[in-house]
Amino acid sequence: MTARRARNFAFSGLVLIAAMIWIFPLYWALTTSLRSENRIVSDAGVFIDEFNISAYVEVLSTSKLPIWYLNSVATSVITTAIVLVTGMMCAYALSQLRFPGRKTLYLLVVASFMVPVPALYVAQFILMSDLGLVNTWWGIILPQLIVPVVVIVYKQFFDAIPKEMREAVLLDGGGEFTLLFKLYLPLNWGITAALAIITFITTWNNFFWPFLVVTSEDMMTIPVGITQVNDAFGVAYARMMALALLAAAPVIIGYLIFQKRVTEAVMISAGVKG
Amino acid sequence: MGAPGQSLQGEEAAMSKAKRRRRELRAAGLLTAPFLFVFLIFFLYPTYKVIALSFTDAPLIGDGQWIGLANYAKLLNDRLFFTSLWNNLYFVLLTVVPTTVIALLIALAVSKLKGRMQALVLTLFFLPYVLPVSVVTLIWAWMLDFQFGILQPLIAAVTGKPVPVFRNPYWVMPMIAVVTIWWTNGFNVLLLIAGLRNIPEDLYEAASLDGATPWQRFWRVTWPLLWPVTALVLTLQLILQLKLFDQVYLLSNGGPFNSSYVVLMQMYREAFQLNNGGYASAIAMVLFLVIVIVSVLQFQLLRLGGRK
Repeated sequence: MTARRARNFAFSGLVLIAAMIWIFPLYWALTTSLRSENRIVSDAGVFIDEFNISAYVEVLSTSKLPIWYLNSVATSVITTAIVLVTGMMCAYALSQLRFPGRKTLYLLVVASFMVPVPALYVAQFILMSDLGLVNTWWGIILPQLIVPVVVIVYKQFFDAIPKEMREAVLLDGGGEFTLLFKLYLPLNWGITAALAIITFITTWNNFFWPFLVVTSEDMMTIPVGITQVNDAFGVAYARMMALALLAAAPVIIGYLIFQKRVTEAVMISAGVKG
Repeated sequence: MGAPGQSLQGEEAAMSKAKRRRRELRAAGLLTAPFLFVFLIFFLYPTYKVIALSFTDAPLIGDGQWIGLANYAKLLNDRLFFTSLWNNLYFVLLTVVPTTVIALLIALAVSKLKGRMQALVLTLFFLPYVLPVSVVTLIWAWMLDFQFGILQPLIAAVTGKPVPVFRNPYWVMPMIAVVTIWWTNGFNVLLLIAGLRNIPEDLYEAASLDGATPWQRFWRVTWPLLWPVTALVLTLQLILQLKLFDQVYLLSNGGPFNSSYVVLMQMYREAFQLNNGGYASAIAMVLFLVIVIVSVLQFQLLRLGGRK
């Protein structure tokens, strides 16, 4: 029995070491960001032995990172809110109401899964340009509002709610909107939170579309903005890593806080794709 | 039909039924309208538009002439396009199966752990997945920096000298594949762990009682029961990796000598740098068709799998 425990212990240790090697690039970025530029090119100890925050101070004071944060927060929050509200309403109609075109609409939503969104970017860019929305928040937001998985997940969860509860609200004189916001939504706060987090992270991290639709530095989101600094700094390893970590901080912290929801959301949305 | 009173009641019932039906239809209209509006304008219309553009010689901004299939004929004679297609295929080979195998090994290891240890290890393996792509490429460009990259001694140990990996035609795609696997693998690990959790414990117990070795247990129990999830991971990866653009743009910009030039890179260049909206749309259509075909095949495969 003790031999078996020792084996389990050794196995856990090995897996932990593998995990630490896996995350090493992130750790190494942190180590680098806390050193002086001179030190980085002269010797490279693996352990964090210096707490020099000058790289962070310089990045925050010389780059447009604060503006990019604002752009990222605004576009991601607005996108997430609209995606959830429109998706939830549409899913409710698909799940609970009978109306002509219902099947067609559902099929369209399911089929839109298959379309590779980047293939539409040329046409979406032309549309944004025609609407005068290049270099604006709405230009970043509008094409990202199509998230069929939100509709499909909500529909599945709404389908599962017993009809009796519905009848009770209808007898009390409640309408469809009362039903949705007073019954169906409160019963699905968990999945709503999960969908919100995954939509937020996806939007926050999107690179290709904001990169196309924004050319002015003042309108850039974090993932696009930090690639500009790259060119401006030249060789400046500590500052580049400080920049990378400052850019990643919101998603890392968000993930660590809402870990369970993120995990749940990833699994639910992938299950649907099957 | 019956007494007058009854028919009056029937009429009332019919009226309230019609009224309810009208209310239902109005609610359905109001509830679907916002989504439908966004969907039509920002998704269906661009889909139509990209198809239409691919038959014209339009610049990015402005009108063009209908030129029939000329863009597609041009594609067939475009050597760069075939280089792009080949590089996409090469990248798929470098990522899809390797990442699934790595994810499977990690998932098997993590699922053997318990409690907090499991949570900690899973967090470490999953964390890169939530990072923005440009953060990932910044970090890896530093890891692999020609002069001071911490991985260069490792590379030198194998090849005898440091290699500027993203400026070397042989190293560039494999290294972008490594970066991509590091970044996206956590997603696959999660799905496979969920799959492993769904395998009933008593099957393993029964296999153990029958004297099966761990190796036999894996191939006779785990592998066949996990296959639907494994197949899902494989196909999702295939679709994802065909859409390669960000990492290539940020790490090597398609070079050196076009050795990391991919289809979306060409679409981007044609549309946004060479101002050929029509030709870029034809390129997009090819990717569009490839991915739709893969998706339909995947759907059919999974449905067949589900029927068994």
